[in-house]
Amino acid sequence: MSPAPTIPPIGGTVSVSVPVEQAFRVFTDSFNTWWPQQYHIGQADMAEAVLEPREGGRWYERGVDGSECDWGRILAWEPPHRLVVTWQINGEWQFDPDPEHASEIEVRFTADGPGQTTVEVEHRLLDRLVAGQVIHDTIGRGGGWTALLDGFAKAVVNNG
Amino acid sequence: MGTYGDAGLGLLDDPTRRAIFALLARRPCSVGELARQLPISRPAVSQHLRVLKDGGLVISRPEGTRRVYRLNPDGVTALRAYLDRIWDDALTAFHKAAETAPVDPEQEQR
Repeated sequence: MSPAPTIPPIGGTVSVSVPVEQAFRVFTDSFNTWWPQQYHIGQADMAEAVLEPREGGRWYERGVDGSECDWGRILAWEPPHRLVVTWQINGEWQFDPDPEHASEIEVRFTADGPGQTTVEVEHRLLDRLVAGQVIHDTIGRGGGWTALLDGFAKAVVNNG
Repeated sequence: MGTYGDAGLGLLDDPTRRAIFALLARRPCSVGELARQLPISRPAVSQHLRVLKDGGLVISRPEGTRRVYRLNPDGVTALRAYLDRIWDDALTAFHKAAETAPVDPEQEQR
């Protein structure tokens, strides 16, 4: 089954005043220091988010109780210019090991000068997530998104 | 119907709309139920719901004398909008981290 790509990719661009090597290093080595804590899928609070620095590596979270939840795999590891990872989190906010259901995130680092770098993120193949059927089912029933969004809602309401 | 394309994106920039969206993800609610959980009035909730509905993130249907709102089961727009929000937050945080990270002198040498 190869669904027609009907959902446009999501993109984001940010310009940072650091050399391209440092931008790549912070994005990957220091992933845990900047990834917003509220975006995680495990039952336990997240202790750490890890991006393994090699092609074929894992991208996952470790909970405060030591449990690990996969997010995806490293497809391309090309420091300091390019990184491609899969996002295999389904509509029930669980890791979906089926590569057919894997969306992809490509991150490109472009040096605009010695101390200036543009970082572009593209999250694509979103149809594959939907093809997993779970998005339909879970949002329709009011479940699924619950687990993750629960914490998110609390954070938003408390800060509001 | 305002689904694909860029519809829906940007609608969750507003913190109150994010809160409503997240509450509806937990379970379908009426305007009154939402207003009880938020520090805003019912008319204000209704106004945000209208925007979310126009953007394709939320649908509603009458249940007896009240109207119940829930996330669009189509899911596509909602998913996309939510992921968009995640990346927006993530890149903002990354920007801050990158510019405050100590410069690695060895890295500079290469």
